[in-house]
Amino acid sequence: MPLSIDWHYIIELLPDLNSAFFETLYMVGISIVVAIIVGLPIGILLFVTDKGLFLENPIFKNIVGFVVNMVRSIPFIILLIALLPLAKWITNTTIGPTAASVSLSVAAIPFFARIVEQAFREIDKGVIEASVAIGASPWMIIWQVLIPEARPGIIQGITITIINLIAYSAMAGIVGGGGVGDLAIQYGYYRYDNTVMITTVVVLICLVQIIQFFGDKLSKALDKR
Amino acid sequence: MIQINDLVKVYNTKKEQVIGVDHVSLSIQKGEIFGIVGYSGAGKSSLLRCLNLLEKPTSGEIIIDNISLTKLNQRQLRAARLKIGMIFQHFYLVSSKTVYENIAFALKAANLPSKKIHTRVLELLDMVGLTDKKDVFPAQLSGGQKQRVGIARALANNPTVLLCDEATSALDPSTTKSILALLKKINKELGLTIVLITHEMEVVKDICDRMAVMEAGKVIEEGPVYDMFANPRQELTKSFVNSILQFELPSHLLEERTGKIIKVTFQGVIAEEGIISDAFQQYSVKGNILHGKIEYIQNNPLGIFIMELTGADHEITKAIAYIKGRTKNVEVIHHAS
Repeated sequence: MPLSIDWHYIIELLPDLNSAFFETLYMVGISIVVAIIVGLPIGILLFVTDKGLFLENPIFKNIVGFVVNMVRSIPFIILLIALLPLAKWITNTTIGPTAASVSLSVAAIPFFARIVEQAFREIDKGVIEASVAIGASPWMIIWQVLIPEARPGIIQGITITIINLIAYSAMAGIVGGGGVGDLAIQYGYYRYDNTVMITTVVVLICLVQIIQFFGDKLSKALDKR
Repeated sequence: MIQINDLVKVYNTKKEQVIGVDHVSLSIQKGEIFGIVGYSGAGKSSLLRCLNLLEKPTSGEIIIDNISLTKLNQRQLRAARLKIGMIFQHFYLVSSKTVYENIAFALKAANLPSKKIHTRVLELLDMVGLTDKKDVFPAQLSGGQKQRVGIARALANNPTVLLCDEATSALDPSTTKSILALLKKINKELGLTIVLITHEMEVVKDICDRMAVMEAGKVIEEGPVYDMFANPRQELTKSFVNSILQFELPSHLLEERTGKIIKVTFQGVIAEEGIISDAFQQYSVKGNILHGKIEYIQNNPLGIFIMELTGADHEITKAIAYIKGRTKNVEVIHHAS
């Protein structure tokens, strides 16, 4: 089948595309907020309990590290289905973007936590040590030294996580999750509808580019090194 | 003021145990500048980092201001650390904070109310001469300026002790001089006790009152800096002292000499000229100065001269004995063949 784009058809599709777009933003938005709220503390804990740091605790670090790796090693499509009971329990439904957000959040939390941990590792150990020598409390060091120092890396991490979530959200179509990716799969993949597929892919490309652009800009602005 | 009792620090690596600090005991007096020298790996950095428990000692005791740091819990240790400032070779400023915020951070750690923080930060900036750099980020500062911020941060909570970890080793010579002058000034004005580690004898010579030499985790020699320069006993101390006092004579110069070559060290205000000319008058020897210099250590002169003595052998021997009797420090370094 030749690739031809029918503009009238696209215009007809616009309402669908529009609602799908906002569904995507909705799913990704919820998931990234949850990933930051839960993943950031986990990332911090993974880092500060590491060897030689001010809250060194190898047992804690290994247990949390193991759980994080475990969740990360499960393919998203399996996680999506396996977590339907959890989605049902939390959102009282198993279909639609809200339900899909549950699985997306669970997948994003460990991913983001590892990125945060990595961002903290970039900080010069001497700066942390100097803060310990000053007499600052662990809480103060985390809020006033670690987070500000790792801010560019954390912003980069949020950018990467959002982009990953957009990709994952396409799979949410499997459980009727909705969103742009779902539209692409439903029309483009199952029905061989090239117009819809190309349109949605273009929308996704633009979305990802815009997010990456602003993520980089913000990260650079916050980098004082 | 600072009492280190039988301190041991052992590092456990996967393969072996490495001894960083090996049964070190030292006492450092209030208001003095104490230098610890040694080559890298000698354990001086481990020792310094044990003083504020950045490294937890394996055994032994650290007492600062009558507080035994090794017996404190975390909260008490943090309170004690407020009174022990520390500066570093690589400054370790928080790069995302301005100069002002870096200094304010130390005051926040002490839970000072924000109004007091503001006046104190301005006071500290004035003391280190960086008032105009208040809102600048560390990346825009020179090495010397960064170290000044480090000093202001370390002094924020009016500590009684300042630990300096190779604080001038990353700086150029003229910046080093100005940082040392600043340390000397705060030592005098605030009565602050300073402990510094360095591998540069120049630093010790310029500002330290007393010093210790470390090798393989042990303190092998300690004493007033002047005495260590004038009479080093251990080989390592001699080599450190020589890095300042050494002067090499060209080998052809030594070969061409016909007399005996001696090295005379004068300490303090002995009338240098007098001793030598007395010796020449009493004995029939002639002298010829080949090299010489006077170093001022804490404003006390230490003179070293290398001279050639010519004349009859027995007269030379008597002349040397005479000089030795008055200076206690003559060394025959070359016999003419």
